[in-house]
Amino acid sequence: MLRFLVRRSLGALVILLVISMVTFELFFAIPQDPARLSCGKVCTPENLALIRHSMGLDESTIMQFWHWFSGIFTGRDYSVGHCDAPCFGYSFVKQEMITDVLLDRFPTTLSLTFGSVVVFLLFGVGTGMLAAHKQGKPADKIASSASLIASSMQIYVAGPLALYVFVYATDWLKQPAYIPITEDPIAWFSGLLVPWIVLSLIWTANYTRMTRSSMVEQLSEDYVRTARAKGMTGRSVFLRFAWRGAMGTIVTVFGIDLGTLLGGAIITETVFGLHGLGELAIRAYFDSDLSMLVGVTLVAATLIVVFNIIVDAAYALIDPRIRLA
Amino acid sequence: MTTLAKPEEAAADRGGSSSSPFLSVRDLSVRFSTEDGVVRAVDNLSFSVEPGTTLGIVGESGSGKSVTNLAVLGLHNPDSTEITGSIRLAGQELVGAPVRELEKLRGNTMAMIFQDPLTALSPFHTIGKQIGETYRKHTGASKKEARDRAIEMLTKVGIPQPTTRVDDYPHQFSGGMRQRAMIAMSLVCNPKLVIADEPTTALDVTVQAQILDLLKDLQQEMGTAIILITHDLGVVAKTAQDIMVMYAGRAVERGTVREVLKNPQHPYTWGLLSSMPSLTGPVDIPLRPVRGTPPSLINLPTGCPFNPRCDHREQVVGGKCTTERPPLAPETGHATACHLSVGQKQSIFIDQIQPRLG
Repeated sequence: MLRFLVRRSLGALVILLVISMVTFELFFAIPQDPARLSCGKVCTPENLALIRHSMGLDESTIMQFWHWFSGIFTGRDYSVGHCDAPCFGYSFVKQEMITDVLLDRFPTTLSLTFGSVVVFLLFGVGTGMLAAHKQGKPADKIASSASLIASSMQIYVAGPLALYVFVYATDWLKQPAYIPITEDPIAWFSGLLVPWIVLSLIWTANYTRMTRSSMVEQLSEDYVRTARAKGMTGRSVFLRFAWRGAMGTIVTVFGIDLGTLLGGAIITETVFGLHGLGELAIRAYFDSDLSMLVGVTLVAATLIVVFNIIVDAAYALIDPRIRLA
Repeated sequence: MTTLAKPEEAAADRGGSSSSPFLSVRDLSVRFSTEDGVVRAVDNLSFSVEPGTTLGIVGESGSGKSVTNLAVLGLHNPDSTEITGSIRLAGQELVGAPVRELEKLRGNTMAMIFQDPLTALSPFHTIGKQIGETYRKHTGASKKEARDRAIEMLTKVGIPQPTTRVDDYPHQFSGGMRQRAMIAMSLVCNPKLVIADEPTTALDVTVQAQILDLLKDLQQEMGTAIILITHDLGVVAKTAQDIMVMYAGRAVERGTVREVLKNPQHPYTWGLLSSMPSLTGPVDIPLRPVRGTPPSLINLPTGCPFNPRCDHREQVVGGKCTTERPPLAPETGHATACHLSVGQKQSIFIDQIQPRLG
């Protein structure tokens, strides 16, 4: 297991290096000149060259990448001040260190993810198992149709709808806002409730469908029949045999989904005006804040890679046929 | 239904008398409703098995062999399956018995050995656990006792180093060892009835012989009644005392192994025997498969379901083969379901079939 983790972590570092090189190259290759954007209305060529120099843009791309990359590990000095490691660069648009912005935004995304994960795992997997248990019966049909409808609903439809129903029309729930849990746990909870409900709606539907189908598949497996032939009770067959088999699929998908969610729920955050990583990314895109985009992309990529490793390790615990080496 | 706790006594009371056999299946019908219509998988089937003996059930795929035995264990899907008739195990009626009762019997009084041990064993649990949990469920033994019992069973079925192999997962076993483990699992509670559904089909020939010998030895030791489902007549000849040949959900021929294999009387049995290669005969004689394909169980041919594939139906007086379904006759002993007269069957077999079998 340890060898596996070390080997995979080294592999992950290589992957992240390649990702950072590609994103860096990609964003800096597009015909955008950050210097010109910061130049102001009266932009003389001398002024432009000065800004370009202060931004480090007059160096070769490779040198720029090197400064940026080594900055992650050693920190970096800018004309505006020192940037501690890990330093993802400086945003000339926001006039802030990117690491600080990321650290500021991440708790919002983390809270949003945490709440919806709890909701969709509980309800999605639960409903899916119920549907598989009552396969073909009315409960299954209701659950299946409801999840089909919910999963075809888009957040930009469900979001405003939920806002209208729960907040504006009825005043049942609070206007979405992020208040750190350390400040006021109750406000944290009530402020995120509507986004949690909306974000988890689609995920719940997806997990219901996935759980149901993998449970139904497992229930028709030969070894489940063997368990019944041995005299195992229906509950034991369902939970200890079929669920054990279905868990592999669910854990795999969940790990990847978790990594994706933590990288920022762009639409949900934008719809509810939550300042998380997703909203940060989309804002950076519209502001042509290239260094910020590189930072957010790298964080999202790291999360996905890390969760992939966790999934693989978890899978080996679930399925003894998988050997980690 | 208070006989549950004492099936042994019931079996012992009866002794060798033929009043009520250990397993008695009477007029069993199994129907599945599907989108295409009702599948009559088993139709008015009757047979019985005595303790310490083996009944071989042979027939093509889809002849109802497996369905019959899944019905005995109650492993069919109750929502889409309709079962009528009677299945009595040591006097206890199984058709319509509550699930709880069946759960107590399965793995305990009656057990099943499945065809493909790789898919039939759980990949997520160790061999020892899978054997032990059956034992724990039915005897209430502790984990330690169950593990010891699993080791004992693995020793019995000839697994080398059982004390370490007991903690292996099925994928760490070879095919033959997996089937041995499967047998250990089904015999762990000393069941009175074992249903082996093509237990050797997935194995190579040498292992096949070992497994059959093992089953035979264990049967002699424990006096188990075995139902052996197979399409391999060679396997039946080696292990069974009685044979039932099934076609389209019904028994078409029934008798002792000697009667049925040495002196078969039904055209379908002739076909099965002719399609088997002979080791002693000349190699250049082509095999004669039964022509045509098995009928659809949704839409059976009228009359005798075998009539479209039968070479001898012209010889039946009055063309009864396409109008009237022949019953299995006589009631006891060597019986066939065919409209040909006894004399006709005997002369066709001696003149046409026997020379072909070599």
